[in-house]
Amino acid sequence: MQQSLVKEDGAPLDAVILLVFSCLGAFGALLATAYSADPLFRFHGYVFLFAFTLAAGVMTVGMSSGKFRGDPKSYQDSVIRAGVIATMFWGVVGMLVGVVIACQLSWPRIFYFPDYGFLNFGRLRPLHTSGVIFAFGGNALIATSFYVVQRTCRARLAGGLASWFVFWGYNLFIVLAATGYLLGVTQGQEYAEPEWVTDLWLTIVWVVYLLVFLGTLWRRKEPHIYVANWFYLAFIVTIALLHIVNNLAMPVGWLNHRSYSAFGGVQNALTQWWYGHNAVGFFLTAGFLAIMYYFVPKRAERPIYSYRLSIVHFWALIFIYIWAGPHHLHYTALPMWTQTLGATFSIMLWMPSWGGMINGLMTLSGAWDKLRTDPVMRMLVVSIAFYGMSTFEGPMMSIREVNALSHYTDWTIGHVHSGALGWVGFITFGAVYCMVPWLWKKDRLWSDRLVEWHFWIATTGILLYITAMWVSGIMEGLMWREYTPQGFLANSFVETVSAKHVENIVRAIGGLMYLSGALIMSYNLWRTIRMPSSSTQDSAAALPALAVAS
Amino acid sequence: MSPRETDDVSGVETTGHEWDGIRELDNPLPRWWLWTWYLCIAVAIVYWVLMPAWPGLHGYTHGLLHMSDRAQVVRDLDALKTQRSAEGARLKNLSLEQIEADPKLQAYALAVGQSIFGDNCATCHGAGGTGGKGYPNLRDDVWLWGGTPEDIQHTIQVGIRSDNPQARASQMPAFGRDQLLPAEQINDLTEYVVALSHRPANAGAVGRAAPVFQANCAICHGPEGKGDQTKGAPNLTDADWLYGSARADIHGQIWNGRGGVMPTWEKRFDPETIKALAVYIHANAAGQ
Repeated sequence: MQQSLVKEDGAPLDAVILLVFSCLGAFGALLATAYSADPLFRFHGYVFLFAFTLAAGVMTVGMSSGKFRGDPKSYQDSVIRAGVIATMFWGVVGMLVGVVIACQLSWPRIFYFPDYGFLNFGRLRPLHTSGVIFAFGGNALIATSFYVVQRTCRARLAGGLASWFVFWGYNLFIVLAATGYLLGVTQGQEYAEPEWVTDLWLTIVWVVYLLVFLGTLWRRKEPHIYVANWFYLAFIVTIALLHIVNNLAMPVGWLNHRSYSAFGGVQNALTQWWYGHNAVGFFLTAGFLAIMYYFVPKRAERPIYSYRLSIVHFWALIFIYIWAGPHHLHYTALPMWTQTLGATFSIMLWMPSWGGMINGLMTLSGAWDKLRTDPVMRMLVVSIAFYGMSTFEGPMMSIREVNALSHYTDWTIGHVHSGALGWVGFITFGAVYCMVPWLWKKDRLWSDRLVEWHFWIATTGILLYITAMWVSGIMEGLMWREYTPQGFLANSFVETVSAKHVENIVRAIGGLMYLSGALIMSYNLWRTIRMPSSSTQDSAAALPALAVAS
Repeated sequence: MSPRETDDVSGVETTGHEWDGIRELDNPLPRWWLWTWYLCIAVAIVYWVLMPAWPGLHGYTHGLLHMSDRAQVVRDLDALKTQRSAEGARLKNLSLEQIEADPKLQAYALAVGQSIFGDNCATCHGAGGTGGKGYPNLRDDVWLWGGTPEDIQHTIQVGIRSDNPQARASQMPAFGRDQLLPAEQINDLTEYVVALSHRPANAGAVGRAAPVFQANCAICHGPEGKGDQTKGAPNLTDADWLYGSARADIHGQIWNGRGGVMPTWEKRFDPETIKALAVYIHANAAGQ
């Protein structure tokens, strides 16, 4: 599409558009920063100003030296390479912050920095959650989706430089969100902490992402759309919907960072957890199922187990997931019928979730020996096992009677992390281990032994983490509900906190092991990239022929 | 579309689709999966029939069991009141001395007090009530506002420097910050207070500070520095220091006149609970 618009001697249209956009953006950021009296707003104004100015400079230099003319005869892979690096970088940062806050919970006297308020637990926790979900997970989803959609459609990414805008725009969003958290810019809504300016920026980036993805699907040279792309599309569309609705807000002023939600009271809570639950459902489940649906059959070199199952569980999953949010608000001011409805839809969600697990695991039939020989395959399979475990645990915890024990305890933290470390983390690691040799044209990874080390250290870390959280979660849940014979609570809150000191330490150790695995992986990938390229370009990954638009 | 072919390993036909080398087998839905899903749906439908579940134009379906969280909470609270009522009623009508004199009633009051203290008072006074810098120790025999059961009860009710109009209120002036005394005199006073607590101090400074102390401090702390519980003024001659015993701490206190705030609890707890708390704190202190 873009290529056809390129004049022989002129600059590519997409580059011109981006240059104009960057200049206008820099000008707007300059004005807003100059006129605002709000220091936090001004800070983000400076970040925007810096980013737009840098972008304008890069565009000018690039256009004058004749770059930005993408080769229409090859896949757009450079943005994916950048995405892989960003994924690993943010992954290590996010996990490191996680280890720090786990230490703060274990040794609050040592890891307490009263002179540096931005290092308080309350500031660092959203940095950790957003860091691993949106920075690590989001970059992984964008990078893999660009990789998968091109190969399975046999079409180059649509929109020319738009995919680069998506990548840098999304990472600018992460920087805005992360610095905001440290400075105290927050809406105070789980996974939706960024304030309105950052939210608007993400909306722009996300719409461009959707257009790039749809445009590539539109240009596909395959008669059907592969199942991984259904999941990617469901993820992109639904996240847009969730993000926009949950962040509807009125700014205090157009030059002020603060805003107030359009929803109040219990409506706000319900909207928030409709969002929060489906951030799990469509970001961390649907998106990563898309990764699974491409990289597992590709690595196992086996067909997907059942086409019918993929259709049924896809539609069932996306239809049912969207109803299940109220189970985050059991025994609150939310009307009871809403809680019941949320819980029953969560129970009905169990099998649709497991459809993905069955299709993933059964795809290995005929290739089970690879579990012994290929540590990357093992990582992918273990991630599916953790997916199966946490998608059983979730519906179980959504039952009101179970939730009465589990809610607000460490059990929830353990549940989230069996999904995050086991499923999301491992499927991403597996996919990145696959993609790096393919993208950088290498025959293999630098060291399979280091992948083994990564696998075993990280798996042990996850098991330590989640068992510690099960123990402490159930213990504190039981302690909270214990009454004395005279009818008074037997334990004060602080006693339940000190009772789980050991489990907190085990959790910190588990997290540290998981982080160590990611560092080993980063080193291995770095050495892989520095290896000499393979002799034949296609031996690393048998590329499907790109169908060139005539 | 490529033609349908049979997979060698499983013997199952493929669908004929292929993307980047990925094909799909035409396996049916696993039976156990399908039937488990039907079962889950059946469970959900049964649940909808029994429990409040679906909204309508006017209200919602109440379900055959007519369950209601709100009604359940009311029942639970009633049950709890019944469980507590025998002793609770007696707590209401008896004086603190009478409660302490009755071992059974005192045991009950201690149980209430422990439960309430842990989730409300321990935040500042510490889990064991031993306090910390700026937060008084409740386990010793040193009391700022009095250590009798009645004094403790009153302090809990109205708080200290709280928004309660009856609050125990007093404010030590910030002699340095507000420039009420010159800096040299505050240095001298620091030595004087150190000497009051029977520690070696600069004799010259102590001599110079004596008239300053009598003119500025004695009105609350007393001519001998032994304090005054009606004003919440600490005894300066003992070894107990709310804001620290070092010279720098004492100097800082004279300079800034710090005074902590304790909330008023009478809006949060009923009178029996406050009585029980007073009994609990009194019993655990080397009280008066």
